[in-house]
Formats: sequence, structure tokens, C-alpha cells
Amino acid sequence: MLGEGIIQGLVETARNFFGSYVEKDRLTTVQYPEERLPLPEASRVFPFLLYDGKDPDAGLRCVACQICEKECPPRCIHIEKSKDKKPDFVGKMQVYPAVFDIDVSVCMSCQICVEVCPFDAIRMDKVFELSTDNRFRKLLYTKKELSKPNEYYQKIHPLEAAETDERRAKEAEEAKAKAAAAEAAAKAKAAAAAATPPVGEASGNGAAAPAKLAETKGSPQ
Amino acid sequence: MRDALLDRPVYEPEEGEIMEVSMGPHHPSTHGVFRMDVKLEGERVMKLKPVFGYLHRNHEKIAEHGAYLAAIPYTDRLDYLCSMTNNWGYVLAVEKLAGLQVPERAEYLRVIVAELTRFQNHAGLIGFLLQDMGASGTPLMYAFREREKILDLFESLSGARMMCNYMRFGGLRVDATKEWLDEVRALIALLPGFVDEFEALLRANEILMARTQGTGVLPRELAINASVTGPMLRASGVNYDIRKVDHYGVYDRFSFKVPLGEHGDVYDRYMMRLLEMRETVKILEQALKDIPEGPVMDPKVRLRGLRPKAGEAYGRIESPKGELGFFLISDGTGNPYRYRVRPPCMINLTILEDMCLGHNIADVVIILGSVDIVLGEVDR
Repeated sequence: MLGEGIIQGLVETARNFFGSYVEKDRLTTVQYPEERLPLPEASRVFPFLLYDGKDPDAGLRCVACQICEKECPPRCIHIEKSKDKKPDFVGKMQVYPAVFDIDVSVCMSCQICVEVCPFDAIRMDKVFELSTDNRFRKLLYTKKELSKPNEYYQKIHPLEAAETDERRAKEAEEAKAKAAAAEAAAKAKAAAAAATPPVGEASGNGAAAPAKLAETKGSPQ
Repeated sequence: MRDALLDRPVYEPEEGEIMEVSMGPHHPSTHGVFRMDVKLEGERVMKLKPVFGYLHRNHEKIAEHGAYLAAIPYTDRLDYLCSMTNNWGYVLAVEKLAGLQVPERAEYLRVIVAELTRFQNHAGLIGFLLQDMGASGTPLMYAFREREKILDLFESLSGARMMCNYMRFGGLRVDATKEWLDEVRALIALLPGFVDEFEALLRANEILMARTQGTGVLPRELAINASVTGPMLRASGVNYDIRKVDHYGVYDRFSFKVPLGEHGDVYDRYMMRLLEMRETVKILEQALKDIPEGPVMDPKVRLRGLRPKAGEAYGRIESPKGELGFFLISDGTGNPYRYRVRPPCMINLTILEDMCLGHNIADVVIILGSVDIVLGEVDR
């Protein structure tokens, strides 16, 4: 019968139309600014920098190794190393980024910087409402705008953050244990050096000095 | 066959009868920035010249100047509707080049995400094709409603809905959780119902049949000679599917049919996508049943600073649009010496004139729609 196919199609449309009043599956529209869907855990937008504790400058995890800068496919990261050093989370002296800029108008949210970072310093943010009236200055994020506390990371990526925190706590503990062991070894060595009878009169001082040097060298690790 | 190609109607201008129309680059029916120089006699197409390159982004040269890892997010942007399959084509080429092994679970997950991609691409394509024919909105909205569910799955797996950047040479970036696999199972239980509904909507529609049957016929021999691949080739009746021919991944473990057309017209190409969607669901069911436990990434693979030995490799997959191939030459350094993409869309598009000649200008729109182009891949 001519028109049968058309009627069959209209039955489908009618089923969808009336079904949308009863089935949630057929009415998927969300009234966006008022109503929001929760983002999945893995969701990513642009990268940000993590810091521990309260002070963004002292706690910044980034050590300006520039791996992300080199690996970034569109080269949107710009890093300048500092001249001086500051202690990191295990107490080792590290340089820090004097300048850390991300041009988010170039960034393509590929997450490669996060993957390659060996210091868990850079992670992906979930904020997506970033429109601005200045496409140059306001889309170039500086270190100040990028630094966000670890608590924020724990809030947006709870599972990932828990895993990272656990690993870092373990690393810090191991480093502490290693430092303590090194200290003990240095002390033992110093004690041994002191116990050995000096050959000459002046070498008593000489034996103590290298032991002290070893101690200072060993402790930050 | 060459004679038949040369035998096509030749443009002979007649006084005041031929009109030249430039369709595009900003025309809603061209699916992006694509132009067709059409010469018309009344409504009839006398000559058609596809002009592309408006979206050229220098993909191949950028990839040659970056590391092997850095090219993966760029491949997402080739065919931006199917980033998962693009990733797979590239990582397959790198794996062949560097001789890397992929864990079992990663192979299964690759099949799952690639088949989900195929499903959403075909659903979207049919929606757009019917929209081009004047079924404004309704089929497209139904298609996008399903596509949305698949994109949500991609987002919870890889972090992004369209630019997934999920695969790595030697495996995958992240493993799928058990909950994610359960969500996929729940979704694919619903998909056959959606295909039935989508098919009943317009399949037997008399207007659609009158419009598409016999329109834009691509003869079998011409399709082979023009190296057309994918659903377009199979709609012309050629049994050629890289999943069956090349046995990449773990496709030889699944039983599925390759649907074939007979007439090679727009209607056959439309039906081909519907039938492939059904086969896709079958593959997904089998893959989700058999997926093993284990790692998804070979721990020995160096993602950063990969330096394959000097040599060359060609990795090809059956992307939703056809044969997607990546050709790589390594000279032993950290970036490819030569990187070349074989884009299925562009090669399928070269045959556009032969399909359009003698048809009305309104048919050009649906013939182009049935080719299934994405300009990101045509122009690269």
C-alpha cells in the first residue's frame, strides 16, 4: 500500500513524542545553566599545578624539569627555572619554576603533560566555563593562576588523588628512612674514625671533618 | 575500465545555457568547509569539481616534527567523530614499526571502543543524510540521543567525549573498570532496539525510496578502480573489509558478517550503515563476553623517547569510513622521518563527479551525504 512506510515512520515519531512524557530515556535534555550533569571522575579540561600545604610558593610540587614543556604536542607550556633552590616534600633541595605559563588558547587538553610528569605536579582541571573578553592576556595562565591546593585535587579526582597521595606518602617515608639510615651510617663511620687511633697528631681533626661532611651530604636524602 | 572513465560526458559550453554554481565552502549541506564547483544545465549537473583544502592543518608535517607520542592527540583531530579508530590506526603503525606487543585485554578494549565508535558514527551519518534529504531534525535528534550515551561512556573512560587520546603504542592509557564494562553491557542491550526503531522510521518510506534508489550509482568496477573503501565499496557489492582481510587486533576471534549491497546507490549505502550497526552490536556482545583480565599496557614500552629502528611500516584498520592507513618511515631518531595518512574520506570523495553527473543539483547533496566525509580527515 502506498504510504505504508510513511505511516510506519509516523508511528515511531509518535511513540517517541508520547514516550518522552513517561520515559526518562526518551527525554534526555538538560536545562543547562540551572541543571547540570555530574562530570565523570576522568573528565579533563586544562592542566593546573598542584601544591601541598597552605603556601602555593613553598609547597609547589613542580621542580621545573621541563619534561612537560618538551613533550607537550602543541608546545603551549613555557617554563623558566629559578636560580635558587627550595626543599621538596622529602626535603631534597630542588629548583622551582620561576615562570610557568600555559597558553590555554593553544592547549588541546591531551593530558600528555600529566602522563609524563614524574613529580605528580601537574593534573587536569574540570572547570570548563572559561569564556573571557580578552583572548590574549586572560587565556595565558601564569603560575599564580595555575597553582591549586592538593585538597582541590582530592575533591575533583577523588580516586586518582587517593592513589597519588598514598604513593607520595610512601615515598616520603622511604626517603625519611633512607636519610635516617644514612645519618646513622655516617655517625657510625665517624665513631669508627674517632675510635681508630690517629697516625699523626693533626689527623684527629682531619678524621672528624670528612665524617661531618658525609653527614650533611647524607641527611637531605 | 579506463575507457569507461574517459567516456564520461564532457563539458561543452553552449551559449547562455550553462550556469556555474559554487556550492560551499560555507554551505550547510557540505558537512564542513568543502566546495563543489558545479556546472549546471538547468538543474542537471554537467560537471562537478570537488575543491578541498580549506581545513588543511599540516597534520603530517607536525607529526614528523614531534615525538611518536605527540602525534596521538593530533590523530584525534583527523576524523573528529571517530577519534578512537584514528588512534588505533596510528598506534598499529607504530607497533609494527617498533615491533611492540599489545596485552590481550588491551586488544579487547580496543575492539570495544572502536565498535562503539563505528556505531555512533553510522548513527550520526544516517541522521545527517536524512537531514540532507529534508527530514529536518527528527532522525538526527534520535541518532544524537544514542550517540550521547556512547560519548558519555568515552568520557568516563578516557576523560574526553570526542578527543579521546586513549590508545598508546603497546596498549592503552588507562584500564576500564568493571563498572564501565557493566555500563557498556547495559547500553548494548538497548542498541538493537534503537536500530529497529531507527530503521522503521524511514526505511520503507516511499519518498525516501523514490529519492535515493537509483541515485548516485557507483558501479562495482569503478569503485574498485577508484580505490574506494569502507561501506561505500561494500554497497557496490565488493566484499572487502579490512577486519576480515587483514586480521588486525583480535577481530578473527569474533563471528560477524560483512553486509553487502547490490546496486551501489544512495539507498544501498544508507542500508549498509544500518546493517553494519547490527553487526557491530554482535561484535560488542562477543568482545564483552570474552574480555580477559590483565594489564592493558606493556610495562617495557617507552612511551617517552621511543626510538624505533630504521625502517618503515604501514598500519591499516577498517575505520567507520573505510580503510584508514598510516605509513611511517623511521630513520632511528625520536621522530618519524616520514608520516603519511591514507584518509578514507578523501579517496572516497574523488569519485564524487562520476556519481553526480546527470543528476539534479538536489541529488548532489544527498550523494555527498552518503559518501560520509569529515573534512578534518579530507584536508588533514
